[in-house]
Amino acid sequence: MTNAVSPPDPKMRAREVSVFYGAKKAVDNVSVDIPSEYVTAFIGPSGCGKSTFLRALNRMNDTIASARVEGCIELDGEDIYRSNMDVVQLRARVGMVFQKPNPFPKSIYENVAYGPRIHGLAPAKPDLDAMVEKSLRRAGLWDEVKDRLADSGTTLSGGQQQRLCIARAIAVDPEVILMDEPCSALDPIATAKIEELIDELRGRYALVIVTHSMQQAARVSQRTAFFHLGHLVEYGETSQIFTNPREERTKDYITGRYG
Amino acid sequence: MSNSPAPTRTPEFEGRLRKRYASERRFRLAGLFAVLFSLAVLVFLLVTMGLNGAGGFQRVTVQVPVALGQSGLPTPPEGASSADVTRLLESQGLPQVVHSNAERALGADGAAQLSPDAWRAVAASVSKDPAQMLATPTFALPVASDLADAMRGAGHEELQPLARRLAAERKLDRQFDPGFLTRSDATDPQQVGIWGALKGSMLTMAVTLLLAFPTGVLAALYLEEFAKRNRWTDLIEVSINNLAAVPSIIFGLLGLGVFLAIFPNWRSAPLVGGMTLALMTMPVIVISGRNAIKAVPPSIRDGAMALGASPIQVVFHHVLPLALPGIMTGTIIGMARALGETAPLLMIGMRAFVATPPGGFTDPATVLPVQIFLWSDEIDRGFVERTSAAIIVLLLFLLVMNGVAIYLRNRFERRW
Repeated sequence: MTNAVSPPDPKMRAREVSVFYGAKKAVDNVSVDIPSEYVTAFIGPSGCGKSTFLRALNRMNDTIASARVEGCIELDGEDIYRSNMDVVQLRARVGMVFQKPNPFPKSIYENVAYGPRIHGLAPAKPDLDAMVEKSLRRAGLWDEVKDRLADSGTTLSGGQQQRLCIARAIAVDPEVILMDEPCSALDPIATAKIEELIDELRGRYALVIVTHSMQQAARVSQRTAFFHLGHLVEYGETSQIFTNPREERTKDYITGRYG
Repeated sequence: MSNSPAPTRTPEFEGRLRKRYASERRFRLAGLFAVLFSLAVLVFLLVTMGLNGAGGFQRVTVQVPVALGQSGLPTPPEGASSADVTRLLESQGLPQVVHSNAERALGADGAAQLSPDAWRAVAASVSKDPAQMLATPTFALPVASDLADAMRGAGHEELQPLARRLAAERKLDRQFDPGFLTRSDATDPQQVGIWGALKGSMLTMAVTLLLAFPTGVLAALYLEEFAKRNRWTDLIEVSINNLAAVPSIIFGLLGLGVFLAIFPNWRSAPLVGGMTLALMTMPVIVISGRNAIKAVPPSIRDGAMALGASPIQVVFHHVLPLALPGIMTGTIIGMARALGETAPLLMIGMRAFVATPPGGFTDPATVLPVQIFLWSDEIDRGFVERTSAAIIVLLLFLLVMNGVAIYLRNRFERRW
């Protein structure tokens, strides 16, 4: 395993992490550092464990009864799998955007306001209004929806729904945002908008994106991890992975020999 | 190769295609026939009920002028309750006054066929309008059920001439009987009313809903969202599914054996009836509730959880609101079944003859389906129409109950 790039102060640090579904090992002994100032991309063929590993980073695997995580994942040096870790707080700090846009069947406003509201981040209505506007602006959706905030979130187009989900995630002001193939259900124009958005969000949040598309990883990320069959094959600077991979398997995947 | 046609353009293929279309047409026709058949059955049921039941809302009355002004009866004081007025006039001899006036108007044989409770109609009218005590108003007084039968051409032969004579004098008549909706059970079909049973049904349903709905929804939520899947939850699931299939009379035995053993003073009470029916309704709500909760897309749960919603918040902000329409559908089915249930209530004494409407949840009462069952058992011919009328009242109650539930459900769906 190659673990070339270790930034001085990683936001999240995974050490020898394995994830099991029952007896099946989906992620095998993965160690990765997630830097706070970059976009990190996880690439690899289907079923390689990249999404499973991503879901381990904010303990979304907890909802799957048979899933079990071994090893150590730290957020700012705290083990997130320790027994007294508050999962609710963890997920407020590590937000997530899913493969299929999943806005709540509520108004656009309510979708964005939901996170701040349950965490009590905006005590008064004007604060909440400002927070909703700020989040929608950051997600690049404000101009499209400012006149129809009361409409249901499900009436938006697929790309708009996904940006609404991103707005919803950043409304709680998380430190890390995990994106699980956020563009795989979108057309190229909507994809371009999301990629633009990811670029704008870089630096403000630590971003981790799982993607099928190598071009997308090359476009938006500064760090790339290549997964294969549950193993982390190679992790390094995106430019190095794509131009000068150290591992034979990475090179084969990048050049389209399999996957 | 070029001279052999493509396999989808051969005559054999086209033959098979025609067969497929024909079978589709047959299937559609069969479906249409099934729908029409069930519609026809429904229309037949409603029309027969309506025709029979229309007579049940009427009763046979005679026109009797009662000379109250010359009777020497005291005028009841202003503002006295109708029960007080009735008691006062009875003690002062109103029944005899009415009878003598009836003899004058109808002859001795006609007066003998006046309902023994006819004077109560006079008292009720007077308590509304005390000024009548000074005049000679004409009242439409109910006749005894024998004469009512004779007017239909049934019952005793010897009463038929009397019925014909009074009808010819335009004194005997069938009139709409608003009292049917305000009185309670009686031995005389001319005097019965549905209000007691209707109120009993309302009280019983209220108890059933208040017990079964929260219990059922909470059980469904717990089993679906919080309980770990193991042997015990499997056992509970199987038990609940079985409970929904248990014959209703068994629940009646349970009510008799458990509830009445604990609360022996509440025999025939809507409270015990409602508790028994709640046991029967709850499994239906649990099963439909679990299915509705299962149908909520997991992506919504994931989305809420990834924002840091606690499990309770996920359930109450997202899962329950989305599942509620489905839960309410199950509740409507369960409540409709409970409303029409007779057998378990017979076991806990709700088949008693109750002549006054229940004043509360612990008073003896009966319910609509039991009342229908009791009346259908009566020999007196007048009860046939009254039974149909009671069925119409039951169906209307069902319609109103379901209408309200569906209205609430749709309102809730629109908010999302």
